Amino acid sequence: MSRTHATTYSFYRHRLPVRITHWVNALCLLILLMSGLQIFNAHPALYWGSASDFDSPWLALGRFPGWLTIPSWQSLATGRQWHFFFAWALVFNAALYLIWSACTGHLRDLTPTRADWRGFGRSVIDHIKLRHPKGEAAKRYNILQKLAYLIVIFGLGGLMVVTGLCMSPRMNTVMHGVLELLGGRQSARSLHFLAAGGLVLFVMVHLFEVAITGLWNNLRSMITGRYRYHANGTEQTKPEARHE
Amino acid sequence: MSDFKKDQKTRRTALKSLLAIGGASVLSGCDRLSRSSWFKGVLGSAETLSSRAQHALTSRQSMAREFPPEAISPQFRANGNTNPDTPAYRRLLADNFSSYLLQVGGQVQNPMNLSLTDIKALPSRTQITRHDCVEGWSAIGQWTGAQLSALLAQVQPLPQARYVVFHCADRWGSSQDPYYESIDMEDALHPQTLLAYELNGEPLPVANGAPLRLRVERQLGYKMAKYVMAIELVESFADIGSGNGGFWEDRGYAWYAGI
Repeated sequence: MSRTHATTYSFYRHRLPVRITHWVNALCLLILLMSGLQIFNAHPALYWGSASDFDSPWLALGRFPGWLTIPSWQSLATGRQWHFFFAWALVFNAALYLIWSACTGHLRDLTPTRADWRGFGRSVIDHIKLRHPKGEAAKRYNILQKLAYLIVIFGLGGLMVVTGLCMSPRMNTVMHGVLELLGGRQSARSLHFLAAGGLVLFVMVHLFEVAITGLWNNLRSMITGRYRYHANGTEQTKPEARHE
Repeated sequence: MSDFKKDQKTRRTALKSLLAIGGASVLSGCDRLSRSSWFKGVLGSAETLSSRAQHALTSRQSMAREFPPEAISPQFRANGNTNPDTPAYRRLLADNFSSYLLQVGGQVQNPMNLSLTDIKALPSRTQITRHDCVEGWSAIGQWTGAQLSALLAQVQPLPQARYVVFHCADRWGSSQDPYYESIDMEDALHPQTLLAYELNGEPLPVANGAPLRLRVERQLGYKMAKYVMAIELVESFADIGSGNGGFWEDRGYAWYAGI
């Protein structure tokens, strides 16, 4: 199957703090989602405004099944315990990641450059056609990746924390402006739910991209840090043809 | 089949089984952890952290938002017990609570028994606030009641009193344990903390806790004990109920319901 004299290089793609915070983040998000659905199940309806108009929720669902919730049986008290513990874990993890990223310049890796913006349209088409950067280009984040990560971290992540805090009657005493902006506590609860949906959507696209751009290579690079690529841009056809 | 393809197939099978086993064990693992007391202790540490953070970021006197009259919910949902329906409560209800006496005691200088008339003579406050149920819904209502701080000023808590415990007329669930709740002195002395006897300008309905219910506007609904019969100031609530400071706290809910 080998077509060219491809030279495979091994590149140290993800530094240790990125790998650790990535997996802690994945664990926290999974538990927050499942315990969040447990909490949602206690009153599976969503409203806009400050108070609940029980006659007209904008969304009324049945309960999510046990295999999607933590714990699997119905227990709001236990779901809340899981949710708040892992919410704190996520906040500490995100803080570590952001501080480390700011100090080491990793945040610059996420900042779109002028060249990135110029290639925006081409990148969109490439993604749709499932044509992915190879070789040297695979060593950096592409523009859609950068934007997705930035939107998830600072957009959805920030919204999750703020709307989560809006659930607190005690924190509400110093959040009048924020609540006003979001439209009230029930609106904040709805946005918390929608942002969770946004994160689920991101994870699904993320896993899809991970799978089609070389599942094992990607997984390895997020575990050991090592990513393999070809200098001349041809596909890796024989894993044993490598010169590290 | 080439070695490479075989290798890929093995990997795929391995990944699939890994995901299946992983998924199942995560679920059953979470369930097992949910039942173990040591892990509940670990999870409970977040509760302390949340409470500390909320107290650090807000002042003792920070006020819950008060709404204009037009924001009042058309119907204020009654949750939990909606009628204690015990013989003693039925007697009180039959004479419209004229024989009701609120007992205030424990770690206080002047234990007192107050009738509803006595309570209504205390400095009062009317506030339109949002009630947030732990289940997730909210309702806005106008509450009128005696400020708990005014009552405490009369009974004079002893220096060692740290918590105010509310004993209620209702019994709950299969255990038929009496409902009770407790708050600390910071919330007890907060200007919006009321012993409410009116909802939306009418005498408090039975479903919402007649004749007297607690309003602690900076916490969740389950803290706001309904059908309050007695108030006890204590140094510790370790020997009341199962020792966690409230009926729902004895069933796994956080004592500090600030979120």
